[in-house]
Amino acid sequence: MLAEPFAHGQSFVHGLDPRVRIATSTVFSCLVAVANSFTVLVIACMISLGLVLLARLDLAAVGRRVSVVFGFLILLWLILPLTYEGEPVGQWGPLVWHRPGVALAARISLKSFAILAAFTALLATMAVSTMGHALDRMGLPSKLIHLLLMCYRYIFVIEQEYRRLNAAMRIRAFRPRTNLHTYRSYAYLVGMLFVRAAARAERVHQAMRCRGFQGRFHTMAQFPRQAGNRLFLVATTSAMLGLAWLEWLQ
Amino acid sequence: MHISEGVLSGPVLLTGGVLTVAGTAIGLKKLDFERIARAGILSSAFFVASLIHVPVGPSSVHLILNGIVGLILGWGAFPAILVALFLQGMLFQFGGLTTLGVNTLIMALPAVVCYYSFGPLVQQGNRIALPAAFACGFMGIFLGAVVAGAALMFTEENFLEVTLLMVSAHLPVMIIEGLMTAFCVAFFRKVQPDMLPHFKAPKTDFSCNGRS
Repeated sequence: MLAEPFAHGQSFVHGLDPRVRIATSTVFSCLVAVANSFTVLVIACMISLGLVLLARLDLAAVGRRVSVVFGFLILLWLILPLTYEGEPVGQWGPLVWHRPGVALAARISLKSFAILAAFTALLATMAVSTMGHALDRMGLPSKLIHLLLMCYRYIFVIEQEYRRLNAAMRIRAFRPRTNLHTYRSYAYLVGMLFVRAAARAERVHQAMRCRGFQGRFHTMAQFPRQAGNRLFLVATTSAMLGLAWLEWLQ
Repeated sequence: MHISEGVLSGPVLLTGGVLTVAGTAIGLKKLDFERIARAGILSSAFFVASLIHVPVGPSSVHLILNGIVGLILGWGAFPAILVALFLQGMLFQFGGLTTLGVNTLIMALPAVVCYYSFGPLVQQGNRIALPAAFACGFMGIFLGAVVAGAALMFTEENFLEVTLLMVSAHLPVMIIEGLMTAFCVAFFRKVQPDMLPHFKAPKTDFSCNGRS
């Protein structure tokens, strides 16, 4: 089942202006993505962790979410230290671990943790609809916002439809195996999803036209000014300037 | 087919971002107001389709279907895939912000290439259309793996092994996507041929507008 487990809460982060959160997390992610020094990356990880704590999220749930990248990271830790040329740090039979490979794998792990944790703490803590309105206020093309909000609105409907079709197949004793019959059945299921999505889109569009829709979503959302916004902006901006200084000027 | 956060270098991320912005701008320009709702809802269908896991031997792979999305939406695949990937990030924390550009490019560029190379063929007779549809699904993944591999190679030459592993690991996915796309196109041809590009309505038109 699709859900937005972090979107609603009563924390300092949830109360911040969505635009502030979007801007901060974008700049922070870019900074972390281009940084190379280990000091900077470790501090960035701590900042991200601090943001997760500040948002008072369920840490187990965050861990489960961030763990989707673990499989990939394990692969990197298995491959990179062995394939890199350089100073060896360990040996086991014919396998030699090299220092630059270990450093690269560690750097990638820290970066992905910092970026994903900050994303979870700052962006996943708002509903997608709120985010659409905030992005609209930030001046993104209104067609793109329209697309985003439409896609978000109908993901849940189409997922239900998928579950219904899946249940119908299972009731008719369909069991997925590695054979052409399975792939054909799934292809028809997907085709049906697309056909129904297109038919639904047609009806939705007509209904919107009937209600006077002329190509622009009017957003009623108000983002109240509050002292927390400025405080947060000052704190994160100075932290990021500090990180940039450590990375490039030290 | 996803490149994780923290792997790619700044210039590669920037290039991916710029190309995706350009593709999205073209896509949005071509999507007029009449077709936005359709693109949005089809992009949620793409999102849901990516949750479907099909079995391959003892394991399973999830569908990507960027070939079909390309056939249906053309350049609109760029904004549609961008939005779907962004929502995957919001709902599942698959990927963050900095790789959004590159990851969109990995799936949307092959989609557009497939649209131009196979779009004209899928309305032909079955003997041409079905192999073309298979090739469309196959190339969607193959080109995606090539773009992903290029992104890795420009970051770090030592990623050659990872790149080769990535392309070869996707070989079963390419075949499955090819089969799925061929069956799916066959289905569209029977059920709703106007989903596919270059559709010319037959002279006797029994179109009905569906339920309301």
